[in-house]
Amino acid sequence: MIDFGYGLTPSATLRIENVQNPLFEELHRREPDVAKCIACGSCTASCSAGCFTEMSLRRVILSLQRGREKEILPMLQHCMLCGKCQLVCPRGINTRHLILSIGKVYGPADQKEEVRP
Amino acid sequence: MKERILAAYDPFVLPFVFGISFVIGYCLLALFKVLVQLSPADRRKFALSLITPSTILKNLRDLFCDCLLHVKLWKRNKVLGYMHSSIAFGWFMIIVIGHIETVLYIPERLHKLYYPIFFRFFMEEQKQTLQGSFFFFLMDFFLLIILSGITLAIIKRFRSRIVGMRRTTKLTLTDLIGLYSLWAIFPLRWIAEGFTAGVAGGSFMTIPINWILHSFMSKPENITVAWWAYSLALGTFMTVLPFTRYMHIPAEILLIPMRNAGLPVRHTRKGFTLAMLYSCPSCGVCIDACPMGVQKKNVQDATVYMVRNLKRRNQRRSLEIAEKCLMCGKCASLCQVQMDACGIRLAYRTAQEKKNNRLPADFSYLNAVTPQEVGEEKVLYYAGCMSSLTPVISRSVQRVLQAAGVPFELMDRDGAICCGRPLLLAGRRDEAQQLIEKNRQLIEKSGAQILLVSCAICYRIFKEQYDLIGVEVVHYTEYFNRLIAAGRLPLKNSHETLVYHDPCDLGRGCGIYDAPRQALSQVGQLVPALKEREESVCCGGSVGSLTLRYEDREPITRGSIENLTANNPEQIVTACPLCLKTFGRFAPVPVRDFAEMLALHLETNKNDTK
Repeated sequence: MIDFGYGLTPSATLRIENVQNPLFEELHRREPDVAKCIACGSCTASCSAGCFTEMSLRRVILSLQRGREKEILPMLQHCMLCGKCQLVCPRGINTRHLILSIGKVYGPADQKEEVRP
Repeated sequence: MKERILAAYDPFVLPFVFGISFVIGYCLLALFKVLVQLSPADRRKFALSLITPSTILKNLRDLFCDCLLHVKLWKRNKVLGYMHSSIAFGWFMIIVIGHIETVLYIPERLHKLYYPIFFRFFMEEQKQTLQGSFFFFLMDFFLLIILSGITLAIIKRFRSRIVGMRRTTKLTLTDLIGLYSLWAIFPLRWIAEGFTAGVAGGSFMTIPINWILHSFMSKPENITVAWWAYSLALGTFMTVLPFTRYMHIPAEILLIPMRNAGLPVRHTRKGFTLAMLYSCPSCGVCIDACPMGVQKKNVQDATVYMVRNLKRRNQRRSLEIAEKCLMCGKCASLCQVQMDACGIRLAYRTAQEKKNNRLPADFSYLNAVTPQEVGEEKVLYYAGCMSSLTPVISRSVQRVLQAAGVPFELMDRDGAICCGRPLLLAGRRDEAQQLIEKNRQLIEKSGAQILLVSCAICYRIFKEQYDLIGVEVVHYTEYFNRLIAAGRLPLKNSHETLVYHDPCDLGRGCGIYDAPRQALSQVGQLVPALKEREESVCCGGSVGSLTLRYEDREPITRGSIENLTANNPEQIVTACPLCLKTFGRFAPVPVRDFAEMLALHLETNKNDTK
């Protein structure tokens, strides 16, 4: 980085180049709709779980794009998959499948391979 | 009657004997496999049902009506019904009559598997008696019936539209071998018996063919060739049978008692499910039934192809098909063997989620929701998640209830707890169970005796998965219809033409078809859709599909609207918030909810209420 003689404090620096993108790419492969989000927040406004908790699908998608994966699980675990966000989304994102896919790609456990039923 | 071939054996029987032994052995092994794979509780349930008199009677009736006469198919399509029952029942009768003849005339040969089948070759009619002529006639009669069925089958294979099928299944190579050998069996039998008709007797089918082809049939060296060909066709058919769609013939005999025992689908390809997979006749009724079929690329996702992929253990395709399905249940309701197509897909999703989902659910925040005190006299109204996006529904329901003077309380005024069905459909059974448990507590502790539901999706899970003690769950179509019948809901008829759309979960899911129609006939003039009731077409908005994308849902919705507006109704009425929202996007005429329709037609003069 060029030293301008002033700058952000290091703790607030977000280094996009260091973001672990393979996971996001994997998510995009499973559900291409994730790229369609315009962060309008309709999903958050209509969310059943958002009525009771901090759950916000808009924030989840933004966090993933910014590589802040740790922030998403505390929100997503409240999702009841009711599908209201899917109905209101102006971009027609398949939000339920997106949430299910995030669970498979970013979940905490470390086994990665698809287990067959 | 006397024996013509004293040795009671000829080498031509060998292909048949090999084929029949193979198929019997294979079926016994498969039966053993299915029974072993059942859970002990299911096995006990199945065994008990086999000795319960009422189930025995039902089994016998179903075996006769479904396997032999194909009653269900007759009701749907007369030509296809005749085609299948002529072959199945005709062939069955030929086998039975062959055995009766053997028992009557030469019982000591009964232990030979092939004897009743090739009876005409081994036995001859004597001039002085006419004992056999009755059976000769019967045999030829049923042969004629089968041949007419085979003719139809050949026509159907090349021009399926003539018999009323738009699309028919793409067959595999083994299926084709089975098919052609099946077609060959009966003409070859006709020719083979034509030979023996000259020496051993025949009837109105076999004697004429003997006359017509006299120069060919009078040569003794041709006899063996003809019987060899007949036996070879039989042997080929039987040998490939376990690997073709014709496995449904023996498998259905097992499936029907299992189904009548009420066994649930528990696994993606074991036990009861395996019996179902074997029973699929690949008839392809599900291809035309599937609402996704409006796009040609989705034809490969029909139930018949899911069954094929499951049989071949093609995990990738099976999963794709299982996750894409709208779970509307139309294929299952039209299926000739009543394949629980949605149950198998759900089992697949559940297995997949159990192993791959790494996102734990946490619904502890719901503990903050406390039960409302409602009391016995009030109706508890659960609007559900979707209804909060379509406030017209909950508002209309409340207006109607007020007009009828029914005291009520809204259960989810401050945000709904989901009923759990969307989670269940995504394969997250345990998580869904947490929501079910929470809702059950809320409902039971409220003290209400009637739970009114205005969402078809919620209604289905309340009926199927909630074990509510002392609470009657009632869908608003039923409840309002009751109010109308009791004269508590004064309505005026606008004589507008309406078409009613059966939501999948309400109609096929819960069997409610008449209540909404009866109520709607009070406010307008109902016109039929092209396909309705059990055959109604999903709106395309279903939460059942996990992977179907927005762009691919649109053609389904348009197809469904086309089906509804065939008779040019002025309005479309539905009884599910999801259908309302989905149709609303594309419909050329106003789409209204059932409650909205009633609310719009309330007599405003409330003094007339009583």
